[in-house]
Amino acid sequence: MSSSQIQSGRDNPKKSVVPFRRHEQGTQPDYLYPEYRATRLRSPSQPLIFLPHTLSEVTGPVFGHSSVQSKDRDLTLQHASAPLGERIIVRGRVMDGDGHPVSNSLIEIWQANAAGRYAHAKDDHPAPLDPNFTGTGRTLTDNDGFYSFVTIKPGAYPWRNHDNAWRPAHIHFSLFGPAFVTRLITQMYFPGDPLFAYDPILQSIPDERARQRLVSKFDLETTKPEWALGYRFDIVLRGHEATPFER
Amino acid sequence: MDLTPTPSQTVGPYLHLGLTDRGSIPRVAGDGTTGERLWLTFRVLDGEGVPVPDAMIELWQADSDGNYVQRDNGAAGVAFSGFGRLATAEDGSCTFETIRPGRVAGPGETLQAPHINVSILGRGILKRLSTRVYFAGEPANDADPILALVPENRRPTLFAQPDTARTNNWIFHVRLRGEGETVFFDV
Repeated sequence: MSSSQIQSGRDNPKKSVVPFRRHEQGTQPDYLYPEYRATRLRSPSQPLIFLPHTLSEVTGPVFGHSSVQSKDRDLTLQHASAPLGERIIVRGRVMDGDGHPVSNSLIEIWQANAAGRYAHAKDDHPAPLDPNFTGTGRTLTDNDGFYSFVTIKPGAYPWRNHDNAWRPAHIHFSLFGPAFVTRLITQMYFPGDPLFAYDPILQSIPDERARQRLVSKFDLETTKPEWALGYRFDIVLRGHEATPFER
Repeated sequence: MDLTPTPSQTVGPYLHLGLTDRGSIPRVAGDGTTGERLWLTFRVLDGEGVPVPDAMIELWQADSDGNYVQRDNGAAGVAFSGFGRLATAEDGSCTFETIRPGRVAGPGETLQAPHINVSILGRGILKRLSTRVYFAGEPANDADPILALVPENRRPTLFAQPDTARTNNWIFHVRLRGEGETVFFDV
């Protein structure tokens, strides 16, 4: 998308509204997943109203382009010294469901430190804060949809959802894509984490293959000798329906 | 490569760290933007009517001519980007400064009533909730093709109401569940 694009509302020929494809059953979490306790009071009880896509849904904000700086993608360089923990590189490609790269699009991430503590006033987990780690990063995808961050591997941490509840280590990802309906906020996990089976947030996704899509892969190609392990995390945003007239 | 879209996960309780500490946008329309200026307050309540203090609201709207302006909000001289983003405060509320959007083309030959597209994210919300803010008393509401899809008794949940105490201020309640539950859309 160009950085300046105006979509006319009143005189826009309606055939230019190409709807986005709907999600396949089971590939996204439901709103109510009682094992994740907070959903019980924060999920709608009424069925959602199906909204045919209009210009309001197929357009979306262009955000962050002028404010992102190249140093924002390295979470280990934001303070006087290096943060404690295992330095890692997270790299991947953002594609849409049509197989096209999502280029020049904002990604925002945030995470706990190596001890499993967020630099957030409301996190009271008795693990140490790291004065050299805030845990926030952002970047734009390149022309081919690739991105990378340098950070440290976050720790697992307890939460009070149920008895002896622990979140598997994860990094939060936020993406916009080209339209209101392509907005995605998700979490990236690390391969082989023994906590997966006990985590209702990950398990809220019914389809096992869909869950696996949130687990990054160790990647020797991304790994830098004598410096940092690499993980690969590809992301797919919604694509368009085949033609504007097929709905 | 499997092109099934990546699943959503909750934004969690620490969303501020990544999204709103640096990336809040309370002003959707800056000085000099044409249109009827207004302040729109959201109040997010859970299934027991308790304010939600750790939600985030994002707005996407057309300008006063009904055009969606897809350009970087931070670019020099850009007064209007159509995009807003705020975390809710302890009382579950947040307030945006914007302008009343114009009418946008709808399905077929229809024209939609002025509306703002809304995303609601938060702890306990596993995937983004979507709704729309319409304006109470707007004559175009009666012919809006999207409102027509909503059962009549639930339509009022989509109307922002004028705040009688403060001119140009509007309030919109997001009731996540239960009595008076806001209409959410499958987008």
